[in-house]
Amino acid sequence: MVDYRAGNAPSVGFALERLGIPARLTDDPAVVAAATRLILPGVGAARATIDSLRESGLLEPLTERVQAGVPFLGICIGLQVLFDHSEEGDTEGLGWVPGMVRRFADDRRVPQIGWNEVRVVRDHPVTRALPTGAHCYFVNSYYATPSDPADVLGVTEYGPEFCSIVGHRNIVATQFHAEKSGPVGLALLESFAAWDGVEC
Amino acid sequence: MLTKRLIACFDVIDGRVTKAQQFQDNIDVAPATELAQRLYEDQIDEIVFYDITASAQRRAIDLETVRSVAHHVFVPFTVGGGIRSLDDMFEVLKAGAEKISVDSMAVRNPDIIRQGAEAFGRQCVVLSTQVKHVGIRPGIPSGYEVFIDGARTATGMDALEWVQQGEALGAGEIVVNSIDNDGTAAGYDLDITRAVADSVNVPVVASGGAGNAEHIGAALTQGQASAAIISSILYSPRLERNTPVRELKAALAAQGVPTRPWVEGSSTA
Repeated sequence: MVDYRAGNAPSVGFALERLGIPARLTDDPAVVAAATRLILPGVGAARATIDSLRESGLLEPLTERVQAGVPFLGICIGLQVLFDHSEEGDTEGLGWVPGMVRRFADDRRVPQIGWNEVRVVRDHPVTRALPTGAHCYFVNSYYATPSDPADVLGVTEYGPEFCSIVGHRNIVATQFHAEKSGPVGLALLESFAAWDGVEC
Repeated sequence: MLTKRLIACFDVIDGRVTKAQQFQDNIDVAPATELAQRLYEDQIDEIVFYDITASAQRRAIDLETVRSVAHHVFVPFTVGGGIRSLDDMFEVLKAGAEKISVDSMAVRNPDIIRQGAEAFGRQCVVLSTQVKHVGIRPGIPSGYEVFIDGARTATGMDALEWVQQGEALGAGEIVVNSIDNDGTAAGYDLDITRAVADSVNVPVVASGGAGNAEHIGAALTQGQASAAIISSILYSPRLERNTPVRELKAALAAQGVPTRPWVEGSSTA
């Protein structure tokens, strides 16, 4: 679990601990460089997150591992930084998944805060654990719009439908806080821990 | 569809949940970790934890209890009380909270809201307000005044002006605590809840006064709140009977209020 200033990584750690999944919270670039599975958790702002990863020397080993095919899970801001660009502070993203991050329109309350239904739209080893009608916990003002519709694994309605789970090669990311989505979220973390990084 | 939330509120003193009436006469209920675990198993949607004496005693928040609760509860968890700086906020997040609630400290130093929103995202910063009906008077056009320090100190600030300022500074959620209704079990103050919900575009949380599911339903419909804070109804020893989350949700469903479905036989891992 990648630890950076502005993250809530400990919550993810507590959830993995409860599941009996060995994990380590680290801000050490050498540990990231040797990781066999990576989680980028987060509450936070896009720019602060990327700046923090860069300044702490974590971005380079993280990028190298993800390119090498290591299974990667992004959560919340860990999903939003994956794209090419975010409207939040007009921030360039990591560009690992093609697409943009946009702000919800102001015709509804922003941020979206609460439990909302996640509908899985494409079969994937990590999301197979999600039951039909699963409700997960969201706290977000921004949402991703992947360029390739095939990268959308799950959708959720807040006004229009938006992409709530992303799947792209060895990358999976949830807009909701899996670690705070009760038994449903814990099941998703468990299936990520068992995933080999191959999409089907 | 985004559902409405039931938030269990803990007023914590020395690691134990206590229950007050109109911000006074706290009686002991249970250790915070034990009660949090019980409510998580009962499928509560969210928990908010106020370290209620931290601010008045000018000490840092009880991080040990925050950490212990976060170890047992895998639903969102907001923490407030005694937050004075960006570093305090970061410590609370590191202890396992998702959101930080600021109240009296934000009145004294509104810039803390902006700083928190910039560092952690605005969704992370909850502005909690203690409001009291004082009648319309100069400086208080809404008739509701903001109080701080456990409802002890009047600020001379208008409730609606303060929540709008809070939103502009970056608060991602507003909690409206009615001092008049707190602990009365007579229902939320729907007027101020609705007035706040109409004045801001972030989610608004109703707090203070829930006595039954009809009160909660009213806050979430007429009051236009996105969530309702409840405490007595769930666990107060002052009540003859406490109501399980499942029963509250069934009663809300009957009033047409959508909530996260209560799942039969759901393993809470």
